[in-house]
Amino acid sequence: MSLSGQGPDGLPGGLWGRLPNIRRGAAARRAATFAILGLLLVVVALYSTFHGVARIPVGTGVAALLSPLLPAGWRPDVPAASVAILTTLRLPRTLLALIAGAGLAVAGAAMQGITRNPLVSPYTIGISPAASFGASVAILMAADHGMASYAPVVVAAFLAALACAAFVLGLSALRGVTGTVLVLAGVGLSYLFGALAATLQFIATEQQLAVIVHWAFGSVNGATWPAVQVTGVVLAIVLPVLAAHAWALNAFAAGGDEVASSLGFAVARTRIVVTVCAVLITAAIVSYAGVIGFVGLVAPHIGRLMVGGDHRVLLPFSAMAGALLLLLADLTGRLLFAPVVVPAGIVVAYLGVPVFLHLLLGRTRGASS
Amino acid sequence: MTTPDIVPDIAAAAAAAGLACTALSLRRRGRAILSDVTLSLRQGELVCLVGPNGAGKSSLIRCLDGLWRPGGGTVAVEGRPLHSLSREAVARLIAYVPQAAGETMALSVAEMVALGRAPHRHRESATERAGRVAAALARFGLGAMAERAFDELSGGERQRVLLARAFVQDARYLLLDEPTSALDLRHQLDALQIVRGLVDELGVGVMVAIHDLAAAARFADRIVLLSAGQVQTEGAWQDVLTPDHIRTAFGVEVTVGSADGLPYIIPAAVA
Repeated sequence: MSLSGQGPDGLPGGLWGRLPNIRRGAAARRAATFAILGLLLVVVALYSTFHGVARIPVGTGVAALLSPLLPAGWRPDVPAASVAILTTLRLPRTLLALIAGAGLAVAGAAMQGITRNPLVSPYTIGISPAASFGASVAILMAADHGMASYAPVVVAAFLAALACAAFVLGLSALRGVTGTVLVLAGVGLSYLFGALAATLQFIATEQQLAVIVHWAFGSVNGATWPAVQVTGVVLAIVLPVLAAHAWALNAFAAGGDEVASSLGFAVARTRIVVTVCAVLITAAIVSYAGVIGFVGLVAPHIGRLMVGGDHRVLLPFSAMAGALLLLLADLTGRLLFAPVVVPAGIVVAYLGVPVFLHLLLGRTRGASS
Repeated sequence: MTTPDIVPDIAAAAAAAGLACTALSLRRRGRAILSDVTLSLRQGELVCLVGPNGAGKSSLIRCLDGLWRPGGGTVAVEGRPLHSLSREAVARLIAYVPQAAGETMALSVAEMVALGRAPHRHRESATERAGRVAAALARFGLGAMAERAFDELSGGERQRVLLARAFVQDARYLLLDEPTSALDLRHQLDALQIVRGLVDELGVGVMVAIHDLAAAARFADRIVLLSAGQVQTEGAWQDVLTPDHIRTAFGVEVTVGSADGLPYIIPAAVA
């Protein structure tokens, strides 16, 4: 191979002038994929908002949502019940599903990139089970206070998630701890927190057990505006910070710490910032929605398959894919045995596992060929 | 009081200093890896770093890029100590090609090469960057596979992508850690010819850690023989790769010679 601008087959250098066109084609494909996903997201979000046990025609729904924005005399006549259902139940539910799906997916994508390990996600390194355990403790301690104890539950879940993350990441910061060790440590911690939570369930009263189960099977059931606001604000802070580290994540993905450092990135600082962001958003979401596995693991893989591994593209795409996945899971859970609602945390496994196995097997085939 | 003539003199002196380490020592896990290593790499020369397994070649390369902080001694690029520079500034001066790339989480060839522009990303537009990446892809014969996943490439193709990334990084010094160890004969030759081309055409300084002594002899301007963490000898291949030196460093009896102007080194027996 010479360096004189010739192709591998000795073709003249002029042929390579076509290169930018090839790149443009790929960019156009990506843009189209983004547009389709965005459209799907909007359609499913609207359907999820307007469809449910109480049927609300789309026209009525839109009128109900817009009427507070209009001057008094112009407000359409909308049944008060429809407005109440939409604004206090459906809308926060759809929004929390969007935010939680997007947040878990982004956390998963960032953690997979920085550890260079496709098996890492908020769920697999034990953060979510830890949060569930923290919530269980708070529910038990709150005794008979019922819903009044909601804030302590959220705080306890958050603290347990942070403690678990700090332990696992402290472990990974030790020299020589590989991604495999990280995942195995996470599996171990998941079992530990699972066992602890199970022990608490045995101690719990029947009333408390019902509340604890809500955490063990995460869902966006009973989503409230405060939940939407808190998770939304955290996501709005975390997303731009992670996006600003997209180059660094690419460097980590390309060759780990040494390559990232040799390409000019401050490895330790990047690792801390990215991990803290991923843990914060995960902890915030899990605190309100309980344990929702698989979104954080699968959405980034779907993203890599569809738009490639460049984190500048992968992060936003994973967020959208995760939002869609959780929204679909919640919608399916509501429709499947209506009026009984199967928690999204369960349904997402029905949807996620087949996709994941498909990707995994496809990947193995690709690697062996 | 200052004369304008001094400025080029300083620049020339800095360039002459090159990338250098002085009395470098490194201990890891209680074991001495490098001790009292002093050497330099100047622009426009290809230096091959040879020595038995565990001699400290990879460690030395990492120290020269500032990836590992030595226990003693200094590493300086053109007179400035590495630790006084930001990682980004170091990356604009020194490029590093690791031994193996491993999995890359679905990065394409073009995205891998584009990473070489990372240390320059705040100083150029996306269009400029795309142009440089496209030019590098073309130069290294990677244009047709720009959109392919790096992980799907063969060993030879991967090596070429990593070289293209180092090239596009626009550094003055290139450090390559055993770029040929996983390659077949043809791709070994291909990679080393590319490296030689970078030295001759662009005037960069390249240090290559390499096991193949004959290849080192053929392509290097200068050879450094590392043994048990110390520089045993350095210089032209005829002076460094002698049967005596090789017996001391590797514990192997060799026949050294040259045919049609190409050096050969045949291992005969364990000494």
